[in-house]
Formats: sequence, structure tokens, C-alpha cells
Amino acid sequence: MATTLFDKIWDAHVVRSIASGQEVVYIDRHLIHEVTSPQAFDEIAARGLPLFRPGQMLATADHNVPTLHQDQPIREPLSRSQVDKLTENCQKYGVELYGLGHQRQGIVHVIGPELGLTLPGTTIVCGDSHTSTHGAFGAVAFGIGTSQVAQVMASQCLLLNRPQRMRISVEGELQRGVTAKDLILYVIAQLGTGGATGHFVEYAGSAVRALSMEGRMTVCNMSIEMGARGGLIAPDATTLAYVAGRPFAPKGADWEKAVAYWQTLYSDADAAFETEYTFDAQQITPMITYGTNPGMGIPLTGHVPSEVPEGEAESFDKSLKYMGFERGESLLGKQIDYVFIGSCTNSRIEDLRTVAAYVQGKQKAGHVEAIIVPGSKQVEQQAIAEGIDKIFAAAGFELREPGCSACLAMNEDKIPAGAYCVATSNRNFEGRQGPGSRTLLASPLVAAITAVQGRIVDITKYLN
Amino acid sequence: MEKFQTLHTTGVPLPLENIDTDQIIPARFLKATTREGFGTNLFCDWRYRADGTPKADFVLNSPRYAGQVLVAGKNFGCGSSREHAAWALYDAGFRAVVSSYFADIFRGNALNTGLLPLQVSDAELARLLAGIEADPQLALVVDLPAQTLQVPAWGAAFGFAIDAYKKECLINGYDDIDFLVNQKPAIEAYEQQRAWAW
Ligand code: SF4
Repeated sequence: MATTLFDKIWDAHVVRSIASGQEVVYIDRHLIHEVTSPQAFDEIAARGLPLFRPGQMLATADHNVPTLHQDQPIREPLSRSQVDKLTENCQKYGVELYGLGHQRQGIVHVIGPELGLTLPGTTIVCGDSHTSTHGAFGAVAFGIGTSQVAQVMASQCLLLNRPQRMRISVEGELQRGVTAKDLILYVIAQLGTGGATGHFVEYAGSAVRALSMEGRMTVCNMSIEMGARGGLIAPDATTLAYVAGRPFAPKGADWEKAVAYWQTLYSDADAAFETEYTFDAQQITPMITYGTNPGMGIPLTGHVPSEVPEGEAESFDKSLKYMGFERGESLLGKQIDYVFIGSCTNSRIEDLRTVAAYVQGKQKAGHVEAIIVPGSKQVEQQAIAEGIDKIFAAAGFELREPGCSACLAMNEDKIPAGAYCVATSNRNFEGRQGPGSRTLLASPLVAAITAVQGRIVDITKYLN
Repeated sequence: MEKFQTLHTTGVPLPLENIDTDQIIPARFLKATTREGFGTNLFCDWRYRADGTPKADFVLNSPRYAGQVLVAGKNFGCGSSREHAAWALYDAGFRAVVSSYFADIFRGNALNTGLLPLQVSDAELARLLAGIEADPQLALVVDLPAQTLQVPAWGAAFGFAIDAYKKECLINGYDDIDFLVNQKPAIEAYEQQRAWAW
């Protein structure tokens, strides 16, 4: 029977089905971090249960950590206690931890792929909605709540309803200056924040195939922003080339065996999807968001909508009021106060290289504060090895130490109330970057050009 | 988890769409390592000014409305997977959220917390919101075994869907851990027969 990529992987992980229709699904890798794990460890402890497969877990500290002076104890007491609790739990239960200061520490969705833990055909969960990032490798990866974190700890399984399948194809070639981030912001603007609820999305088409692994991760990362359970892309030569030789990737005969299996992972020609969309890559231009959810995106040169569907006006106007924008206006020329380049969406070495290539020999605008937070210690080290850190310093950009940082502002990296920040992260929700902060989501290239110009511009006129 | 059966209460209206979990409980309050106490910060930035004084125009501060059912706009609970959002609602005394659409992860988290995500149609939601705004004392009855949301004053009963297994869990206060731990022999057998593992 013709089967989708998603179903091939899911089927291979079903331990058993139960009468009401749910399936017990086996989880290969369980990633944890300091914020959504403490209550799960407590749950396990309260029931006197052991961890079922601690060897299949990996922990890192990312959400709460400062991005300055990571060699010193965390100053903020609550953050410190959460990170300490993670360390304590990992020691007690024998879970590998890449904590602060460790050479492999970083944002959980950056380190999984970088270490070769994220592999095609696997199931991966984490108590974090952007677990969908790992789908770029042809994995079934999705975010879970803390109760489910405890379930996986106790059984390495989850009891789940199979989601519906959606395929989003983007065909053709992306124009100059248009990146993976623009592609996904465009798709989300078309579908809306709830447009893929209940679905697992497969991204396909020549424009997706042409993306690097970093670009594919950016796309899959934001699947959740249209409500999808996850997103994935069939593994191909690009995937294999990225995975080969990474620390946890299979080696030797195992590698051969793995590759033979991974080559079977694609949607059969006549596999059925509940929902299908096809977009033309040529229609996609550099994007930016103007509102307070990621579906509120427009081309950089476009206008804030003047009409909204009936019944949505109250939420829409509340959002514009928060952002300080008007219906129907253009964002071009708006002055920006902050530029944040980071987060699990865009903090990989390729993103930093894109920014460096643009800002080399230029200066950020005087009134803009521009911070770059690498996704991991390894990205940071690589940037230093390539001399990118010097380019940033010369251009007035501050390169910080790795973590989630101003993506969710749990640490000190906050955008002040009322200030505008062009961010490469994934959420522009009210207060996401700090109470009252105003976030405009964009690609690293748009962010870099905005930092230099100090205001929103049509970047196609400023490309190197 | 506490047992959920029938709820006789009133509703609190929040007619905004796409309410994300960052609004329900902002990230800066996620530093606790226990489940309790999140209710005080529920909708914090909508509910309080920066100086901590309550905003009079926010519904949770309004003396007009009280009750255990939050009635909210479409696509409730989108965004972050933080279960803290469900804990905060529960901790603040809510036992059900009514909307015409729920984000997947929130729905699952709510069910695992003992908070009922009760989905009605867009038209029913609009009617409920208008009804509660007109009469804050409007009695609501959530009957989980019968899968209905009743408005006795209107002689109306809106049916809602819920997964049969999850319904059993809520009614009896069971959770998935008990079930999954009991599957151990099947899980171990699955691990043995896997053709590939690396
Ligand atoms: S970078 Fe942002 S979105 Fe990604 S895991 Fe961290 S907080 Fe979540």
C-alpha cells in the first residue's frame, strides 16, 4: 500500500494499538532541558519509578542560562536553582548532561543535529514545541508537555492518536535574498497560526530539496507556528552528507545498514495526504511580521492588511495597537531599536556566516543594539575559528555565549517595553522578548541589513 | 489527577482568538520546579500593569464574572508546549476551557492536568460568549459522562467530542503513566525485535 514518509516512520514505532484507537508509540530519543523537566522527575520520584531507558535521554541547559560570563555561577537565583535541579536530577538518574560550560552545551534543537543524535527514521521528543526542528532529517519529532515527559521517562513510550498528514510543496527556485526563513514565514502567513492543527506536515518540492540542512531545520522548526504537530523532510544526499561522521551517527557497517534503511524513507508516489498545498517559490519575497502571532507576516515591501475577516477584528486591532502599527500601512522606514540573531530557528553556523558576509566592512546603525547568540558552544567555537567573531566586533555586533536568550527572555536578555526588535527567532507573541517588547520576525539576512540601516528597508536594494 | 465528572458553574468570557501559552503564563514565570502556584500569574501581562496593580478592564479582574469555565476565542493555547499554561488555569480554579478550536499540545496538556478542553462550534461559541456577557450569572453545566455543555436557561445542550480513553481517564482520575508502565512486556518485546537500532 502506498504510504507517506510520516506513516512509514510512525508504523515502525508502534508497539501496539488499543481499542479506543490510540497507539503506544516508541520514542528513540528523549531530549530534556531545565524548564520542563523538574516536575516530570518529581512525578517519577513520587511514584517510585526508575527511568526506563536513561541511555536514550540527553539533557542540556539552554532556556534559562545567561549569555554572558557562563564560566561563573548563574546570578539570578531562580534560574540557578532550575539549572542546579537539572544537574542534580541527571546525576541521580544517570542521564547524560551537557550543562553550562560543557563543550557540547547549546539549544537543545541545535545540539541534537550537530551531534548526530538526530537521525532519519527516528522518533524524537522533547518538552519543547520546536522539537519539530529535528524533522529536517526525516525524523518524526514533536514537542510534548511535562506529563508526557514523565511518561517517556517511565516507559520510553507515549500513548498517541495518529495525526493527519499534510504535504506542503514549494516548487521552483527562490529569488536572490530569499531564504528558508522567508519560505516558512510565507507559508505560515498563507495558512495562519491554526492552519495545520492536527496535522504532521511533510515539506517537499524542488525549493525545499535545494535547501541546506540548516535551511531545512529553519523550515521544520516553525511548523508548530501554524499549529502542526511537527514537520519533516525526506532524507536525501544532503541529509547523509550532514550526518556522516558526527559523534553519535552510526559508523562502519552500521552506517551502511542505516543508509540502506534511510533510502526507503520517502512518501510513495501515490500516498494520500488529508491536505495538500503547493506554492510557487518565485512568489516568495523577503518577509517580516507586523503583528503578534507568526501568521501575521507580509513581504517586507508589503502593507499591513486593511481588511480582516469578520469576527477577527478585535484580536487584530488589539495586536496592531500592541505593535504600534496601523491598518494598511507600510513598514518601510520604521526605526528599529534592537536586532536579535539567535534561537533554534536561526543560530547555526550558516546563519552566522550569512550575517558576517553581509556586515563585513560595515557598521551597525548607532541607535541599534545588535546581539548575536550562537545556538551552541560548537557554533560559537566554529565562528571564532572562522574569524567571524572579529567581523561582528568590527561591525558593532555583540557575540554572546549560547542559549535561548532573547527568544523567550527567561534570562537577562530582554527587549524593553515599547522597543522594536527585528528577531530571527520564531515567535512574536506579546511580551515574548520581555514585557511590552515588540518583535518583528525575519531572516538573518533581513536582520543583518536592518541592523546596518537602523530601519526597515527593502533589502533587495541593499544586497552585497 | 483529580476526578472530573459534572460541573455546575458560570463562565468567564475572553473573546480573543489565538490566545497563546505565552499570554496564559509568560516565560519568566516558568522558573519554578514544582507544579503549584502558577495561578497567581495566569494572564499576568493582561491582568496586571508593570507596577503590579490590576488592570480594571481585564475580565479576570472584573467583579462581574466568576466561575470554573473559561470561554475563549478560537485556536486557544497555541504556541509553546509549556504544560504550565494548563497548570496555571487549573491553579486559578478553572476546570474547563470552552473554545471552537484548541492547539494540539495544549489540548493534550489540559487533559493530562484534569482540565477539560471543551470544543464547540464557532456559532455555539459566539452564542455562549454573547450570553455570558449579557448575563454573567448564566448557569452552565458541564456533564462529562453525557458529553454535553448545558445552558439550562436556554433549554440547550451542546454536545462535544472527547476521546473515549481520555474521557475514562478524566472521570476516574487516571493518567497515562499507569497505563504505559503496565505495557512494559510489550515495550521490551518491541525493543527486541527492532531490525535497526543505532
Ligand atoms: S530558542 Fe526559543 S524557541 Fe528555541 S527552544 Fe529556546 S526558547 Fe524555545
